[in-house]
Amino acid sequence: MQVPAHFEYQRATSVEHAIALLTRHGPETRVVAGGHSLIPMMKLRLAQPEMLIDINDLGELAGITVAPGVLRLGAMVRHADLLGSAQVGALLPVLHDAERVIADPVVRNRGTIGGSVCQADPSEDLAGAFCALRAVAVIRGADGDRAVPMREFFTGPYETVVGPAEVLVELRVPLWSAGSAYLKVDRRSGDWAVAAAAAAVATGPGGVVTEVGIGLTAVGRFLAEEAEDFLRGRAATEANLVEAGRVAAQHCRPTADQRGPVDYKRHLAGELTTRALRLAVERAA
Amino acid sequence: MGHGSMLRKEDARFLRGRGRFVDDIQLPGMLHAAVLRSPYAHARIVSVDTSAAESHPLVRAVITGEMLADRGLAWMPTLSHDVQAVLATDKVRYQGQEVAFVVAENRYAARDALALIDVEYEPLTPVVDAQQALAPDAPLVRDEIDGRTDNHIFDWEAGDAAATDAVFAAAAHVSACDLLYPRVHPAPLETCGIVASSDAVSGKLTVYATAQAPHAHRAMYASIAGIPEQKIQIIAPDIGGGFGNKVGMYPAYLCAVVASVITGAPVKWTEDRSENLMTTSFARDYHMRGEIAATADGTILGLRVRVLADHGAFNGTAQPSKFPAGFFHTFTGSYDIPAAHCRVTGVYTNKAPGGVAYACSFRITEASYLVERMVDVLAHDLGLDPAAVRMGNLLRPEQFPYVCATGWEYDSGDYARALELALEMAGYDELRREQVAQRQAYEETGRGTVMGVGISFFTEAVGAGPRKMMDVFGFGMADGADLRVHPSGSAVLAVSCMSQGQGHETTFAQLVAEELGISPDDVEVVQGDTDRTPFGLGTYGSRSTPVSGAATVVVARKVRERARIVAAAMLEVAPADLEWTKGRFDVRGVPGVGVTIGEIARAAHSDLELPEGVEGHLDASCVYNPPNLTFPFGAYICVVDVDPGTGQVKVRRFVAVDDCGVRINPMIVEGQIHGGLADGIGMALMELIAFDGDGNHLGASFMDYLLPTAVECPSWELGTTVTPSPHHPIGAKGVGESATVGSPAAVVNAVLDAIGVRHADMPLTPAQVWRAVQGRPMRTDLAVSDGW
Repeated sequence: MQVPAHFEYQRATSVEHAIALLTRHGPETRVVAGGHSLIPMMKLRLAQPEMLIDINDLGELAGITVAPGVLRLGAMVRHADLLGSAQVGALLPVLHDAERVIADPVVRNRGTIGGSVCQADPSEDLAGAFCALRAVAVIRGADGDRAVPMREFFTGPYETVVGPAEVLVELRVPLWSAGSAYLKVDRRSGDWAVAAAAAAVATGPGGVVTEVGIGLTAVGRFLAEEAEDFLRGRAATEANLVEAGRVAAQHCRPTADQRGPVDYKRHLAGELTTRALRLAVERAA
Repeated sequence: MGHGSMLRKEDARFLRGRGRFVDDIQLPGMLHAAVLRSPYAHARIVSVDTSAAESHPLVRAVITGEMLADRGLAWMPTLSHDVQAVLATDKVRYQGQEVAFVVAENRYAARDALALIDVEYEPLTPVVDAQQALAPDAPLVRDEIDGRTDNHIFDWEAGDAAATDAVFAAAAHVSACDLLYPRVHPAPLETCGIVASSDAVSGKLTVYATAQAPHAHRAMYASIAGIPEQKIQIIAPDIGGGFGNKVGMYPAYLCAVVASVITGAPVKWTEDRSENLMTTSFARDYHMRGEIAATADGTILGLRVRVLADHGAFNGTAQPSKFPAGFFHTFTGSYDIPAAHCRVTGVYTNKAPGGVAYACSFRITEASYLVERMVDVLAHDLGLDPAAVRMGNLLRPEQFPYVCATGWEYDSGDYARALELALEMAGYDELRREQVAQRQAYEETGRGTVMGVGISFFTEAVGAGPRKMMDVFGFGMADGADLRVHPSGSAVLAVSCMSQGQGHETTFAQLVAEELGISPDDVEVVQGDTDRTPFGLGTYGSRSTPVSGAATVVVARKVRERARIVAAAMLEVAPADLEWTKGRFDVRGVPGVGVTIGEIARAAHSDLELPEGVEGHLDASCVYNPPNLTFPFGAYICVVDVDPGTGQVKVRRFVAVDDCGVRINPMIVEGQIHGGLADGIGMALMELIAFDGDGNHLGASFMDYLLPTAVECPSWELGTTVTPSPHHPIGAKGVGESATVGSPAAVVNAVLDAIGVRHADMPLTPAQVWRAVQGRPMRTDLAVSDGW
């Protein structure tokens, strides 16, 4: 059995309490939410925090609320809760597409959406989806809340803008898209993506794409702005969707690993972008 | 067979979470161990400083290679005429190799203390690519062996080279293909573990271990550590999967024994998942070149095979000791191939040792994959239907017993019947029509999937084996069985095999119940304890039913013959006047006059005057020396849908017709087949132990080493034919590894059939399938940085 190194543990009773504990115990302190990334890393001793702040008691972070024009998701919303919300599925099918292929039911029952995006694994499924949707992260610190667009949230592999004494509290997802989709290729159910693409579209008269969001997973960057720029204002024809995929493939930066060589991942980025766009446009109709 | 698909007796405890595994063992004062492992694939050890670890307040001992060397225990023999480092002294030869062993008061402290050991390494260039292991400039893996100048371990051959070459020279058609059966891992859910408890007063060593072969383990401890055999008791409690992984000894086992002697306390070591995947016996790693000679209409004339076998840093394959390539002799498979020859070369590389594990039937998995792939390559090259090529070349029933080109005698078979049943169950002709239509639709639209149908026909050779041919560690492969019958007529059977999930407590009870006419509920099966069971070599190579099962039937029949003598005394007739009907002896021709086995057992323990030849009681024992192997076979058909745009494969259907002779418990047989078919999907589509150019292991967790889940498995469609083994007492053949042997080729053949590609190596991941579609399949065993 793999066993973690010694660590201390406290349960936070409020977000403010969690922030106070983070401030007091310093940079070797970690927040534990669902624990399905952090605990395995600790058992492998890839992570050795000195103190864990458990925020599982913070019911204030577990809400799913639809307000005019925006879906508000508490950071402690479990994957299974997001997948279980029919309202979310109707408004933003991309999130249900993504949730269905995140790990397995055991992980989804416990893992949280805030934990997933804060882990910032380059292969994480929700990052691309939230980037495509132009979601905004609400981060709380001792000085109050600040809002950061998800497109600026990730600063590198396993790195985000969340500071050592800050807590992600909410994701706000603007409801601009008329159709959305997420498609992933994995080697096996529950595996990390070889590559995946998220697409959200809004269309106007004549089938013109008035706004589009494209997010990518596991190919070096979560964004495909060049492909968005190509498609925005153009008709959602098959040829344009294929070209958007080609542009996305051209600008992604995959690296070779056991999931596949660079040429294959680049191909997938394009193929899945086109397919996700196709499905998003179908759903928008 | 009586009681047929009765529910498994052992499941009462497993389903309640009441199984008792090695890691559940708690002994008073027990200490916990952890192993320090090499971060390098190949490095010289300059120094090992354990002082900081030793001063950890909870650490009780730190054992190093030097300490073992002082006791003559730094190296131990393998099952393949080689030696293996217990703890490294001179250099480390694979990543994850054992360097030091820490014993502490709890497992956290033991793990913490590993970080306090300071080892200075001088990194060396590793041998990673087996195909470069024999290059003149290859680094020397085994430089500690005097006079060794290369990484060559052995050359082995079977068949008639000259006759085969002559057939090839004259053949109308020859197809050749390079095939890799990659390095994979058995990955049992329960990792390895041991509790070693040495009693300084009595001198007794008690070992609780995950041992598929407890008696072999006892013999090895006696031989290596010099402990008298009668002072060693090996207890294998419940085992959570073995697949060959738990046949042999591992360095940490020996370290735990030494640690218990040194500390005077019981010592537990439980391997973690990464250790298991990195260092515990891998399987396969056969680089094969096959050549098949045929007439233009697809009649196979000859098969020629060249194999490069990557055995890792120590030759530690677990197999009958005279068989360096296992039972690869069976590479002609199920076909009437008059000329065949193979040559296998084993090489050392800087990888973990092992090579025979994962339900491989001693390399028949590799052999079967080779021939089943080559038959499809032949069909591809000649433009023939793979089912027709197989049907035209299968052995015919009248050819049995059949001696194959490498001299093995197949016991019995009706192959065409099995293949016909599989084709019928699959609806083969309809599938082929659907395939054409789907391919056409895909080509018109550029969207959707294409389908493929893959066939595999396998013949297994299990139940090793005849003692004059086969031994392990010098012990002939005959197994014992002891049967005690209590005064009430209930029975205790003790066998040398050891279940790792096969259901022995049920099937062996059924065998005794059938022979004695009692209820299987009245038969207790004892296994896995060397003090309570007769000597024998354990469970692997699908040998439990063919060997220990046969021993069980023979010993039960002995008991029955003793019972006949007692019954004769009870009824005051001659033994020959009694006739047996299940559970009782009756006087022939006198209806209603007879005694039950329970009454006989009571009488055998009573004051009844017993005739000559029976001293009392009914107990008996026997040793069963199998006259030959048994040869189960089967026909498998896999149907897949492939998305050429992404390379993703979905297994739509899997039809498996198995003939394992007489089935004891059909439900358990089907469960074994289900597991093996899932294994086959895993190996064909996702499983791989890969290394990078520095010899770093890239699959040390279940996130990196993928096993199939229920999502990847279709609802299995099973069919049965029964061709009894003529030499097994009830005609059973064994089934444990059949599906693992037979299924990978069916899946690979199906995927390649779907995309119309002649060959691409396993695992057929989406990347590999896409690259194969592009005409650029990858060498899957090479690391990302070198190969891709």
